[in-house]
Amino acid sequence: MRRSPLALAAPLAALAALAFLVLPVVAIFAHTSPGRLLDQLSNPVVKDAFVVSARTSLVAQLLILILGTPTAYLLATRRFRGRWLAVTLVELPLVLPPAVAGIGLLVAFGHAGLLGSSLDALGVSLPFTQSAVTIAVAFVASPLYIRQAIAAFEAVDVDLVAASRTLGAGGTRTFFRVVLPLARIGLIAGLALSFARGLGEFGATIMFAGSLQQVTQTLPLAIYAEFDVNFDAALAMSAVLVVVSVLLLAGLRIVLSWQSSSSTTSRFRFGPSISG
Amino acid sequence: MAELLLDDLTVPLRSFDLRLTLAVERTVALVGPSGAGKTTVLRTVAGLTAPRQGRITVGGETWFDAARRIDLAPDERRVGLVFQEYALFPHLTVRQNVEYARRHAADEYLERFGIAHLQHERPARLSGGERQRVALARALARDPAVLLLDEPLSALDAHTKTAVRAELHDLLAELEMPSLLVTHDFEDAAALAESVGVLVDGELRQTGTPADLVARPADAFVASFTGANLLHGRAGPPHAGATPVALADGTVVTTADDASGDVTLAVYPWEITLSLAPPHDSAMNVVAGPVRSIVELGNRARVTLGPLTAEITIDSVARLGLAAGQTAYATFKATGTRVVVAAGSSL
Repeated sequence: MRRSPLALAAPLAALAALAFLVLPVVAIFAHTSPGRLLDQLSNPVVKDAFVVSARTSLVAQLLILILGTPTAYLLATRRFRGRWLAVTLVELPLVLPPAVAGIGLLVAFGHAGLLGSSLDALGVSLPFTQSAVTIAVAFVASPLYIRQAIAAFEAVDVDLVAASRTLGAGGTRTFFRVVLPLARIGLIAGLALSFARGLGEFGATIMFAGSLQQVTQTLPLAIYAEFDVNFDAALAMSAVLVVVSVLLLAGLRIVLSWQSSSSTTSRFRFGPSISG
Repeated sequence: MAELLLDDLTVPLRSFDLRLTLAVERTVALVGPSGAGKTTVLRTVAGLTAPRQGRITVGGETWFDAARRIDLAPDERRVGLVFQEYALFPHLTVRQNVEYARRHAADEYLERFGIAHLQHERPARLSGGERQRVALARALARDPAVLLLDEPLSALDAHTKTAVRAELHDLLAELEMPSLLVTHDFEDAAALAESVGVLVDGELRQTGTPADLVARPADAFVASFTGANLLHGRAGPPHAGATPVALADGTVVTTADDASGDVTLAVYPWEITLSLAPPHDSAMNVVAGPVRSIVELGNRARVTLGPLTAEITIDSVARLGLAAGQTAYATFKATGTRVVVAAGSSL
């Protein structure tokens, strides 16, 4: 059979695209010897940035989980006037330029901002603190979790929820024993995406929290700061983020493969002999 | 025994209101075309859909009363609802599904429904019939005051359906509780319930025993919807591909279906022809008796004679000169009968 021009061109294009995407990642590890990269991991700047990133990411994801889960559940299960507006607002940070998010956070929570005087009265000062980093991360990363969580909750068969209620379970027991286990994989996937996005946060953080070592300097901010001071340190931190990203993505694939292998159980499908 | 009472219930649906007054003491089947509001009745009793007005009481306990602003949550109503596609929890095993209803009752119900050997399976690995047993076991483990069944046979293939229908018939007969089931199939309704209500566009057109509905349909819709005569008898040993069934009055009819023991045969009114003289064709089933009633429906008439109702044209009634009290002969083929319930199969 004669092969069409497209049949030849497509693999070539795919090969070029793959090389283009992989090359920068490979270059990070190839530029300097692994020994020098590993040495940089004990550099105080690198260690501090790692601690700041880890702490702010964990607190931010915890916040997203605690506030985002009920939000997503309500948006997935209730039909009310203005629901589409609520969904749009929740998703807005996803498309907002990070620098705009940073300015927004500053004029909302900064000293001269909308809530500035109220926060001052409470003795709370947010800008350029570690809490500011957490807030910036939560702001930009939350839509990724909430979107995924809405989809996961919407996929839970309403008959199962109804069945649970008629079997004597109240709303809370139904949520924890039926809804949550069935939406679990979608929620984990959403949290992984949100975590990855939060870990790489740069624009909003630098505007709202600054880049103070040990306080607000996260790994991406430290990479930028070390870039013209100690290039090996910048490379080492980049390598750390690449490894974390790869692990997250691989973990996500594994989790999603559980879902597809158990998808026959998540909704009822009858065999060919049974009409339904 | 407690009674389920639906009193002047009004539930708004998309294009009409469901309006219902109904007393359920044993087993009542609601039949009707899809979209008639059948499932809504069950959801309303279970507390999953809120009526606009009316009352729902069970054995003196009020579950819903619009006037007194009483509306118990679904988990506060003792109902066993078996969903059309069973709604088994896919992430739980059979045993966990039953335990979800009541913690320490699983063994009893797994045993009773013959599913103990499946207790560690997930619902996805069960057949349709097995799923239904789990759904029934789970609903009854809740210790309900009322059993609700939504299209209990529609998710099953034809082969499984006959067996499951017989099981369900025996189960409903031995359960001491009001049971309300909905189905679009009159034959299923007649096989499972003593009383059948025909629901069309949210209104009950007629309620009665299956034989009543066949003999005296209130209107043409009920007539077209209610299908078969049901004949109860005892099957004898099959002979030459046909099974003789002795009816209560001694008449023996033959069916082309396999059967043994006590059976119920379905015969459609339009499969029956009437004559004033005994027919000569010995291959036909013949039931003789005085004409009990003649009900005209448009250009057709339903003529009841002995245990049978035949549907013939008005012209034929006139041509035969049929009148109540006259002795007539009803004839139908062995292949015009179907075994709908074979007793003796138990859960």
